[in-house]
Amino acid sequence: MSLGQTLLGLLETRPQHGYDLKRAYDERFAAARPLAYGQVYATLSRLLKNGLVEVEAVEPGAGPERKRYTVTDSGVTDVEAWLAAPEAPEPYLQNTLYTKVVLALLTGRSADGILDVQRAEHLRLMRELTRRKTDGDLSDQLICDHALFHLEADLRWLELTAARLNDLAGEVRGR
Amino acid sequence: MNRPASPALPDRLPGDPAPPLLAGSGLRKSFGLTRALEDASLSLYPGEVVAVMGPSGSGKSTLLHCLAGVVRPDAGTIEYGGQDLVTASDPRLSALRRSEFGFLFQFGQLVPELSCLENVALPLRLGGWSRRRAERSAAEWLDRLDVGGLARKTPGECSGGQGQRVAVARALITGPRVVFADEPTGALDSLNGERVIRMLTEAARETGAAVVVVTHEARVAAYADREVVCRDGRTLDTGARG
Repeated sequence: MSLGQTLLGLLETRPQHGYDLKRAYDERFAAARPLAYGQVYATLSRLLKNGLVEVEAVEPGAGPERKRYTVTDSGVTDVEAWLAAPEAPEPYLQNTLYTKVVLALLTGRSADGILDVQRAEHLRLMRELTRRKTDGDLSDQLICDHALFHLEADLRWLELTAARLNDLAGEVRGR
Repeated sequence: MNRPASPALPDRLPGDPAPPLLAGSGLRKSFGLTRALEDASLSLYPGEVVAVMGPSGSGKSTLLHCLAGVVRPDAGTIEYGGQDLVTASDPRLSALRRSEFGFLFQFGQLVPELSCLENVALPLRLGGWSRRRAERSAAEWLDRLDVGGLARKTPGECSGGQGQRVAVARALITGPRVVFADEPTGALDSLNGERVIRMLTEAARETGAAVVVVTHEARVAAYADREVVCRDGRTLDTGARG
């Protein structure tokens, strides 16, 4: 996730202080962990330097001055370009599980056991996400569904691999 | 049959010595030369939802049919409420299926000539309820599953997802202690499938019914409390309750 462009997009909805921006981000996108204040201000500082945002107003307060940021035309163009560009699909080729399975076969350990343990762990997480989804709003549902579909794909791979273990063992040991 | 839905039963807690409601052990079943079950076991505790997973031909549907008293195993034991289902008479099994078990299949379980309301009321009518009383209860169940507007329609006039929700109502209307669901979302798209499994598990938990759901879909199994995996006619109980 590009934090810079996400903050620019949020600023495009309305000018905001750094604190409000962090809250808006956390509310919508921080599914697992909230954004650190330091990250927000460091990113805003970079965007300011690059002319993508500007300080619309400085308001004195009891503590440090509060700056209200607004997005510039260049910032809007930057967000537009980011939204329009496709994300590179994850190649999923660095597969730790595949490595474990092959090593188990090479060393005479139970590859079935590895797949069974992993299946149980995947399903445990899927149950947890399903509960969260069931109790949550539409945003929670969509965020959890994204994770659930990926976990489901992993599980299908686990099943397929379990069904092909004998062939794989022959191939691995024959090399 | 003339009993209300069972009161909600608490989930089994770790260390709780409560005996299983239904326990199948060492089950074997062949159809001709085909061995469907080799050594399958499954214990179901009151009020829990268990998913039976596994590839096609792994024996998961046969296991469900054995546990439900639909198919008699060649060997093994099945205990339900102190009764041995393997040796129980056919009339006894039939009575049990009608009064204590609920069933949900992939499709084709609703009587096409009857309205949705009549379909849902049917198990109560077979149990001797008056038409008026049975249909009043059926209407409540249809409302509960958000398909109250389909009461006068026939199953053929419903979408797949709507039909399955009507079938859920029919499976639960007698207040069964166990619901057996065989690929209940298999013919539905993922959105409708999830809606059906969610409604089934929520309604079952509210009434205290335990559920055994056979599925090959992990996202459906994730609505259960735990899963049992079938492979080559054998069960692998992960024992996980997450």
